Amino acid sequence: MRKHLFNVGAILQGFGITFKYMFVKRPTIEYPSIKKQHAPRFHGLHELRRYADGKERCIGCELCSSACPANAITVIGAENAPDARVSPGERHAASYEIDELRCIFCGLCEEACPTDAIVLTPRFEMADYRRGAFVYSKDRLLVPSDAGVGTPPDERPNGIPADLGRVAEVKSTTNVDRGYSATHRGEVLKTERKGLAG
Amino acid sequence: MLIVLVKSAVLLAVVVTTFAYAMLFERKILGWMQLRPGPNRVGPWGLLQPAADAAKLILKEDLTPKTADPLIYRLAPFISLLTAFAVYAIIPFGANGDGSPWAIGNVNAGILFLMAISSIGVYGISLGGWASGSKFPLLGAVRGTAQMISYELSMSLSFVGVLMLAGTTSLTGIVNAQERVWFLIPQALGFIIYVITAVAETNRTPFDLVEAETELVGGFHTEYSGLRFGSFFIAEYVNMLTISCIATLLFLGGWNAPFGLTLLPGIGWFVLKVGAFMFFYMWLRATLPRFRYDRLMTFGWKVLLPLATLNLVATAAWVALH
Repeated sequence: MRKHLFNVGAILQGFGITFKYMFVKRPTIEYPSIKKQHAPRFHGLHELRRYADGKERCIGCELCSSACPANAITVIGAENAPDARVSPGERHAASYEIDELRCIFCGLCEEACPTDAIVLTPRFEMADYRRGAFVYSKDRLLVPSDAGVGTPPDERPNGIPADLGRVAEVKSTTNVDRGYSATHRGEVLKTERKGLAG
Repeated sequence: MLIVLVKSAVLLAVVVTTFAYAMLFERKILGWMQLRPGPNRVGPWGLLQPAADAAKLILKEDLTPKTADPLIYRLAPFISLLTAFAVYAIIPFGANGDGSPWAIGNVNAGILFLMAISSIGVYGISLGGWASGSKFPLLGAVRGTAQMISYELSMSLSFVGVLMLAGTTSLTGIVNAQERVWFLIPQALGFIIYVITAVAETNRTPFDLVEAETELVGGFHTEYSGLRFGSFFIAEYVNMLTISCIATLLFLGGWNAPFGLTLLPGIGWFVLKVGAFMFFYMWLRATLPRFRYDRLMTFGWKVLLPLATLNLVATAAWVALH
């Protein structure tokens, strides 16, 4: 009998718990309208950087592609023409492709790069309906010539790019204030994607 | 005649709307209790979710298994639906000044009618499960039948206590008898028994062995799809509402205001009490896990039935001595 009375107590306690939780703040982040804060040095979509004068940093050395554990990077280098230089060095990347489906976002390409040309950005929304769309070539990897130099690898932005949307105000180890100095690169990528999907 | 038709149409609309939003709020409340926001994508606060669900159910393919008995398979959802709605013919929601109830029909044996109709409701489940020609629905149907018979006994006994105190089987008469004190107080044990058996009667958690997802796929409605499944679904929620109305009428004083607080009209108090009981139902679902089948039977026959009988005898003695 006493055991059964204890059981009734336990049931009442359970009712108390469920009722209490109705008023507890929910941790839900309503993605995609609100995004979660990223950690600093989040490994997302790659970016090919430029120098301040607009020349490409990539010298077509293929060190990234040999460092890549997933064989995701294909670089075809070419000599720079003396009168129309693409990069300051002797050579540049005539073609630079990353298959983001193979990529494991380890960042070894970034470590291997002697000129800090390839870096990982915090962008992560790359979904598409076609496999082909995940092979990013220079037209989508390279920072547009009027959009600055790209993200320096040692000044990794916190959080997610401002042009991607509202960021959730949840407790995070990241510093929200430092934010991502937004370029209009996000929009450029969006229009590129539209072109592919059409 | 015409006025009865108009009343029925209005009542049907009210009950169906209540069903739609009861379902939405159940999902909301379950969500909140599980630290989720609940449905919030369709319309502001998810208020259009019932419409989206209805559209989905209507557009789903209507399947009949090859092994099913086609006639009974198609009939079963309608039995459930019909009995669920039929009860509203006699449920009073308030009273006029002259004591006549706000109901479609004023039956003087209302409570007997209620019990009769709710007993027919089990046919929807047992026939539907049997006619599906598939093993899981059959198991669900067998469980449903056994469970409903076992728990209806205690439920009826808990009604008898109220009937003896009120001295009438008319629902209006029972509410009027509670003008001074709700039967919740003299019939506290009866009320607890009623609440437990009512949950079992509507096959909801923790007594949802009839559709036990983890064991029986979908239980008796495993093979049903589209609007036929929807009919069972509507029947379940309408039965919930019915059970809440009965609890309000028999134990919570119906449209009588508590402590003489006449801030609200009678119908307001009625709706509030029914709403509170519905919330309790949802709260229960969020809190308790499902019974094991043998324990369900043990509990029904060895605990609830003796308690209900005890309550009955005690009430009879009390009534006889006064």
